[in-house]
Amino acid sequence: MPETPLQVTHRQSDDAGTPTVVEVLTDAAKHSVLQVQDYAKLSYHSVLDLFTPPRYGQDTIQQMDDIGVGSLPIVLLSGFFIGAVMVLQTGAQFQRFGQVSLTGDIVSLALVRELGPSITGLLVAGRCSSGIASELGSMLVTEQVDAMRAMGTDPGRKLVSPRVLASLVVVPLLTTISVFIGLVGGMVASVFSLRLSATTFWQRAIAILVFSDLMQGFTKSVVFAFILSTVGCYQGLNVRGGTQGVGRATTQAVVVSSVLIIVADTFLTRLALFLADKL
Amino acid sequence: MGSPSTSAIPAGSNSAEALRFSDVWIGFDEGPILRGLSFSIQTGETLVLLGETGTGKTLALKLAAGLLRPDAGTVRALGQDISAKSERELLQFRRQVGFVFQEGALFDSLTVGENVAYRLEEDGVPADEIEPRVREVLRFVELEHTGEQLPSELSGGMRRRVSIARALIGRPPIVLYDSPTAGLDPITSQTIITLILRLRDVYHVTSVLATHRLQDGFALANFHFDPKARTVRRGASNDKTKPAVTRFLVLRDGRIYFEGSPEDMLNTKDRYLQRFLI
Repeated sequence: MPETPLQVTHRQSDDAGTPTVVEVLTDAAKHSVLQVQDYAKLSYHSVLDLFTPPRYGQDTIQQMDDIGVGSLPIVLLSGFFIGAVMVLQTGAQFQRFGQVSLTGDIVSLALVRELGPSITGLLVAGRCSSGIASELGSMLVTEQVDAMRAMGTDPGRKLVSPRVLASLVVVPLLTTISVFIGLVGGMVASVFSLRLSATTFWQRAIAILVFSDLMQGFTKSVVFAFILSTVGCYQGLNVRGGTQGVGRATTQAVVVSSVLIIVADTFLTRLALFLADKL
Repeated sequence: MGSPSTSAIPAGSNSAEALRFSDVWIGFDEGPILRGLSFSIQTGETLVLLGETGTGKTLALKLAAGLLRPDAGTVRALGQDISAKSERELLQFRRQVGFVFQEGALFDSLTVGENVAYRLEEDGVPADEIEPRVREVLRFVELEHTGEQLPSELSGGMRRRVSIARALIGRPPIVLYDSPTAGLDPITSQTIITLILRLRDVYHVTSVLATHRLQDGFALANFHFDPKARTVRRGASNDKTKPAVTRFLVLRDGRIYFEGSPEDMLNTKDRYLQRFLI
């Protein structure tokens, strides 16, 4: 029987006896594959639904406000201090070789290529992936999602796609802001800790960057946005076990999206380095 | 309390048969819940679906609304085989069905007015048409003053009434009630049942009421709403063109245990059924 993208796939077991170890392991493997399949379907439809009506512009803007503006304070604060601490850590090493001026280079590269996207992705995942999971999970256990379907609304279009689109738009913007504020933090630390002039810091920080560095950071932020939003939606729409299940889904959303972001970061970095060599 | 205008009368189905289950099976990890359920409802009829908790009443309603698909068997509603429809087709079909959820299932981030208007806004109805229709159905459930309130500010009974208003706004020819009086005090329960009577006798909608409270079923069978006097009266409706027929269907272990008229139910000698009568 075909299932809807958001309908749980039910399995019917006829075995009444105690299952063997092999059966338990097989069931666990099947369950995991099933979860990956359901997640892939949800992700696929979340993108596909963006290109066909009905679209929910108002909901998307509301989510942009929630995810983007709501996450701005933590992104600004963490960005500033990460930039500053990078300067303190690397500057001490550069001082030993009399190459303090290189601090701007290393901080800029690290923030644009790596720390900006990944730290922003992890922070937004912690704040928004969990928020999405708990919101959708609560709607599911209180039958609001079923009510939506009963009134002829596709929950995928109404609940998932606006959150995915909003994340895809605002997370790269947040990453850009985070990188800039990180550089400001690095500059402040350079001036006061290493006695490096602000002009030198900025000149080196900007000069070292090439187009591929910017693309690497941008690509990562887009991928991380997709991961954190789809994982949050998937966990929320697959809650089992009432309010306790909502709590579990919230935790799972943060854990899974954070791990996936770190794993994806490794592969994207390798891919970027490979492409940089080829091009 | 104003009398609802004719503009809000739901579009009736031309088909004489509003709903038919044919050998419907559905189950989950723990095994089959509904085992070969077969029954039908005629247009304008009221079916009281009785049963203990966990016998599959809610599942039957969700199958009727196309919210779940049967593992086997077919469900026909309003002349369409909904068990064979795709999810996209079902979204269109569900707009013709009103569903009142057990706890109301109101959108807690929207006001009462926005909840009721939701379906119309989804359908792209102009804003100047939405407002009077929302006011009309809220007046019907006697909650016109709550339009700006959030569901969390309402009592349980008021939330159920808003849920009925929300189901009514789409002018559905069939309304499915999932234990609408569960957990409510007797007076509030009576208010809800009166609303269901009004909906049935004023709008002539086909109704399926899932409940474990037999008194709700007998209230629907033994009373009618007189639109002219705007009051509930004992006995059958005076409207001979559209008489309200009420039938009982008792589920047990996922199968039909009893199907018959209120009189059959009342005069039963079956020990299990008599437990509902106590």
